[in-house]
Amino acid sequence: MKKIAYYPGCTLKTTAANFEESAIESMKKFDIELEELDRWNCCGTVFSLATDDLMHHIAAIRNLIRVKEEKSNQVMTLCAMCYNTLKRSNQRVKSNQEDLDKINDFMYKEDLNYNADVDVLHLLPYLRDEITFSKIAKRVKKSLNDIKFSAFYGCTLLRPKEIQIDDPFMPTILENLITALGGETVETPYAIECCGAYQTVNQVDVVVERTKVIIDGARNQGAEAIVTSCPLCAFNLDHRQKETKKKYSKFIEMPVFYFTELLAYGLGIEFKKEWKDLHYVDPLSIFKN
Amino acid sequence: MAEKQKMVKIHILGEPFYVPDGLTIINALEYAGFQLTHGIGCREGFCGACGTIFRKKGDYKLQAGLACQTIVSEGMYLAQIPFVPAEKPIYDITKLPPDITSFKELYPVIFRCVACNTCTKSCPQDLEVMDYVQALIKGDVEKTADLSFDCIRCGLCALRCPAEIVQYNAAILARRLCGRYLLKESRDLTNRVKEIAEGDYDTELDELVKMDEDKLKKKYYEREIKLFD
Ligand code: SF4
Ligand code: SF4
Ligand code: FES
Repeated sequence: MKKIAYYPGCTLKTTAANFEESAIESMKKFDIELEELDRWNCCGTVFSLATDDLMHHIAAIRNLIRVKEEKSNQVMTLCAMCYNTLKRSNQRVKSNQEDLDKINDFMYKEDLNYNADVDVLHLLPYLRDEITFSKIAKRVKKSLNDIKFSAFYGCTLLRPKEIQIDDPFMPTILENLITALGGETVETPYAIECCGAYQTVNQVDVVVERTKVIIDGARNQGAEAIVTSCPLCAFNLDHRQKETKKKYSKFIEMPVFYFTELLAYGLGIEFKKEWKDLHYVDPLSIFKN
Repeated sequence: MAEKQKMVKIHILGEPFYVPDGLTIINALEYAGFQLTHGIGCREGFCGACGTIFRKKGDYKLQAGLACQTIVSEGMYLAQIPFVPAEKPIYDITKLPPDITSFKELYPVIFRCVACNTCTKSCPQDLEVMDYVQALIKGDVEKTADLSFDCIRCGLCALRCPAEIVQYNAAILARRLCGRYLLKESRDLTNRVKEIAEGDYDTELDELVKMDEDKLKKKYYEREIKLFD
């Protein structure tokens, strides 16, 4: 089995364990083992834009040192936010030797210096470019049977330009995966908008409004479920439907999936009860077979 | 003629003093005439009361250590820290689940960690402090309990943390939750607690309580430690 070093990120160990497990199980079907790093820390969560704020890149670069410690030159991510943070910090030090030197000097206790020589991968483009959607289509055991999905990309996979995994205005990667799995997709104008992100912590109302617009928009186009790649988008769009329903009694709930859950389903992997329990809206209601 | 004692020059709160080489920071402070009422305890490296910061001559690094274990050197700058104020919420352990939700509620500050590793660098117990904070962020209470097991609560990590985290207080909650909910019951311990409650050791304890200090000390240092039968 081919091994790829894998960086989970904090959320995938707690509220998005379904994302992690479905990804690991699915990749095994393609003879790939996502091998979790022995040691890792939080990615830093939000890429720091201030030019003089190097402190907030330490977390990301330290993880890339951990990748090197395991004798690897690439690391797979699943969480869109971790991908964004790790990749952007990596690019910053790649193009700025002075920053890299300062960060290495700050981390003098580490056995290795970082040489900006790790590639940060994300599973979605890996599926498209390395495994290929046509191969995935051939492996489908349980078709998504024309269930209609609305893809929700959120911000961090598409912006900024340097790290985008697809066209930032007309992305198709999630739609193409769904099609390969036998599902249908609908177009909505909200697919690349923000879900409300961290407003969810102390301004729930902002997120409720976003959730309503996004889910209603998907439903108006005939979608039966949402598919996403970001744990924060998933939390806001799924769990905040509770508050949305409270505020708008006519609101109709809609299940929200990680793309890996649908991939796993398509490959014939059991949709575990533990995965279902992490959803707010019952995900299994839409499967017809 | 007795060999002449080598002296070193150190600075205490900015004042120069000459003290015999080889003293610990605590002993050097006392030699210089300071009487310590805070920031001192067991003098054995166990209680964590004497955590302190210092610089060595010609070294830009601010260092941290236990004053009762660190030996002074020529040109050292010292400032004894009496106390590390640290946030410590009151909780009822029987009402807390042994997972991340307890920490989100009581120690949300842990999520501010920037993985700078300063805490690890300052820990006199050589613990992987950053790793135990990071384990908590991931919700791995057992790992935190494990990695922080030898913490003596000196507070140096919290003192140096740029994110103002109170590592050791969060860690002791992890160990409490772990002990209460996650570890298997230790039958030996349960039996011992029962024996104590039933008064099996009362005579021995009474004897110890009545013993004068010198005898007690002697008995302590001469005790045999049997690990396993
Ligand atoms: S973890 Fe912090 S409080 Fe505990 S021994 Fe190390 S520095 Fe002291
Ligand atoms: S010093 Fe504070 S911010 Fe730095 S690694 Fe330790 S806990 Fe995290
Ligand atoms: S006085 Fe107790 S550890 Fe130093």
